[in-house]
Amino acid sequence: MGKKKLLNHKEIDIILNRLACQLIENHDDFKDTVIIGLQPRGVYLSHRLQKLLNEVYQIEHVKFGKLDITFFRDDFMRSDKVLQANKTDINFIVENKKVVFVDDVLYTGRSIRSALTAIQSFGRPKSIELLTLIDRRFSRHLPIQPDYKGRQVDAINRERVIVSWKENDGEDAVYLIQDQDE
Amino acid sequence: MNELSVNHLLGIKHISAADIQLIFETADHFKEVINRPIKKVPSLRDVTIANLFFENSTRTRLSFELAEKRLSADVVNFSASSSSVNKGETLIDTVNNILAMKVDMVVMRHPNPGAGVFLSKYVDASIVNAGDGTHEHPTQALLDTYSVREKLGKVKGKKVVIVGDILHSRVALSNIFCLKKLGAEVKVCGPNTLMPQHIRSLGVEVEHSLDNALEWCDVANMLRVQNERMSTRYFPSTREYVAQYGLDKQRLDQIKKEIVIMHPGPINRGVEISSDIADSHHAIILNQVENGVAIRMAVLYLLASKLKHYSTTTI
Repeated sequence: MGKKKLLNHKEIDIILNRLACQLIENHDDFKDTVIIGLQPRGVYLSHRLQKLLNEVYQIEHVKFGKLDITFFRDDFMRSDKVLQANKTDINFIVENKKVVFVDDVLYTGRSIRSALTAIQSFGRPKSIELLTLIDRRFSRHLPIQPDYKGRQVDAINRERVIVSWKENDGEDAVYLIQDQDE
Repeated sequence: MNELSVNHLLGIKHISAADIQLIFETADHFKEVINRPIKKVPSLRDVTIANLFFENSTRTRLSFELAEKRLSADVVNFSASSSSVNKGETLIDTVNNILAMKVDMVVMRHPNPGAGVFLSKYVDASIVNAGDGTHEHPTQALLDTYSVREKLGKVKGKKVVIVGDILHSRVALSNIFCLKKLGAEVKVCGPNTLMPQHIRSLGVEVEHSLDNALEWCDVANMLRVQNERMSTRYFPSTREYVAQYGLDKQRLDQIKKEIVIMHPGPINRGVEISSDIADSHHAIILNQVENGVAIRMAVLYLLASKLKHYSTTTI
């Protein structure tokens, strides 16, 4: 079975604008807020939000960081894949800051669980919120829910949701893909 | 490539250039981790590591222990002087007894060359060689080469001279393998008596004049004279050795370019290197020590990821 387009670039654009506005609504001038893109795929989304906040909504000096959760994952030595790390780039202390985690797809919630532990290495945040473009709502292993979500998707386990970004994959789109071999 | 080609780190000879690159890339991430306010990650929290030191060590042992603790592994320490080795127990028996207590990895330093390779054939654990006699010291070579890469941007094409007691040095042998695998040019420099007979077969040149070697190189790695391994006199006097092969300010001022000075420690100040040079901006000795923790974290992490305790096939 092939792939089905869930969102096109226009719909993604509208959603990103809405998410940016929701962030502004809750965080005002972002004085005490830091935005952390989760490696690897959440970073693209956080860059887009950074651009929007900066260029369209004229909010400058928002602190952005990248967090890699590889060393904090709970499936080390349990999967056949060797877990390869990405770069963490947080050049500020998150002590007493309002942290917003940004990721493209919220699926089992395990990545976010790891991120909640990983961020503690950089201080004790005042609060942590979660922003995701896609929320696969029936697939959660842990009691974790997004505070800001682009679109809710009801996908079954053998389906995959792929977010592609223009800067990396050539187009802005979200696809639902059914694995061939299952 | 995202997996090591080996299940043990017994020597640089046994690993590929791609393995070394993978260790370096992983160490980059761990270097960032050990510079965080909280320097610990939970990756190895269900792994137990035994540090077996049958020979004296300060920095290697501390560095391994710190790397293990930063990775949240459980650590047991063992030193030969306070153990049943003195009661006549064999190496395999000692290690199998420790492994019976559910230990997953063994970091071992041993005075006999090949002890790690021998052990890896008889026991069921991942072995990391922390120095086996005059044979290899792979993590030291990795951290030395990693420090060259960090300081000069790359290793390929760089000229490195290893100076001093090449004959008794496991650091020299591992460094030669590691640097050559990554495309560096290597010379060794020291008195003829401290040069292994077939050293040229490793693809290195021998230089007996330290001044010529310094003029040629980008990096000088100064080794300690290992008096404890010498059963006979290899040079007339320490004073003569210092005159010929000691690195001091006067010697360094003579060459017209900046070179990087390394030393694997422990330093004999005033013998192979003078105090003012060891403490100068040329020396990256303390960077080497810092990088040692990141490199050892990377090695332990990559080897542990091959243990696969919980894969569905084993449960």
